[in-house]
Amino acid sequence: MRTPAQLAEIWVYLSASPLLGLTVTLLAYQGAWWLYRRAHFHPLANPVMLAVAVLVLLLQLTGTPYQTYFDGAQFVHFLLGPATVALAIPLYTQLPKLRAMAFPLLAALVAGSLTATVSAVAIGKLFGASEASLLSLAPKSVTTPIAMGIAERIGGLPSLTAVLVISTGILGAIGARFIYQALGIADHAVRGFAVGVASHGIGTARAFQVSEQAGAFSGLAMGLNALLTALLVPLLIPFLKNWL
Amino acid sequence: MLGALTLLLVFQLIGEVLAQLFALPIPGPVIGMALLFAALALRGGPSPELRDTAQNLLQHLSLLFVPAGVGVMLHFNRIGDEWLPLAASLVGSTVLTIAVTALVLRALARRAEGGK
Repeated sequence: MRTPAQLAEIWVYLSASPLLGLTVTLLAYQGAWWLYRRAHFHPLANPVMLAVAVLVLLLQLTGTPYQTYFDGAQFVHFLLGPATVALAIPLYTQLPKLRAMAFPLLAALVAGSLTATVSAVAIGKLFGASEASLLSLAPKSVTTPIAMGIAERIGGLPSLTAVLVISTGILGAIGARFIYQALGIADHAVRGFAVGVASHGIGTARAFQVSEQAGAFSGLAMGLNALLTALLVPLLIPFLKNWL
Repeated sequence: MLGALTLLLVFQLIGEVLAQLFALPIPGPVIGMALLFAALALRGGPSPELRDTAQNLLQHLSLLFVPAGVGVMLHFNRIGDEWLPLAASLVGSTVLTIAVTALVLRALARRAEGGK
């Protein structure tokens, strides 16, 4: 049996190695996934939200800085790149439907992208958010690296934008089903596309858990909205500033 | 598995290089996705191996957002000061965006189908 001092040494050793951050990430996610499955994949049991909550609590309780944790968790984070590329494959299987819906998809993309930016800034202003926060909110519906780049260009706070992007993703993944039920929207292509425009990759992850068709259209929407928002928001901001 | 993963990384790498080379506002992986999609359309579909690997990766796409999500802990103070406007904006805007996109898409898709 080890003495407490020796245990503390083991902790010091482990907390400095990437093994711990990586392992707790996988454990927390699998615990969250187990709950999510037991809840019959109910959106309120969103696994990203549950795993993040457990990990934040754990890091706070052990006084571990985020950077130390991320040294290990970055191996998981890295896979986002190849996973994004892999979205091309389900998209390809939807090619016939994609062709048939090309114009409606583009029109819905423009409508959704404008709504995302204008409503985020307008509601924030209505509730008295500071200008830095408003500018950080503007690109919140697109994938993190693009949103941070846009925030930097228009004078927002990129790191705050990252948090707002993740929160938007989780909110969309949780709320989408209830909105579709209220509006009577059943087509999985429509459902996937709308959640992809509003909630980027986290919405897409949820859409894949519902069906491959929903996931494919969500991934498409995420990619297209990233492109459109990067072009649109810098043009839109001067008008929004005058108008508000 | 290994071949398919290498292929995905190669497309990501090409995407990253193009993004840097032409100073594009889109991240490399999204360009890689577009290029792989074009390649699949030209070649007539993915190999079974690539299909399986993509399915495995995408099935647990949620996991990949967890490390970035934990970054929330760095911003508790700033969020605490403005939590109400930020929460109202996020909830309101997310609901509106999903509803507007879905309604526009459904209306136009129906009209396209009806017109045929």
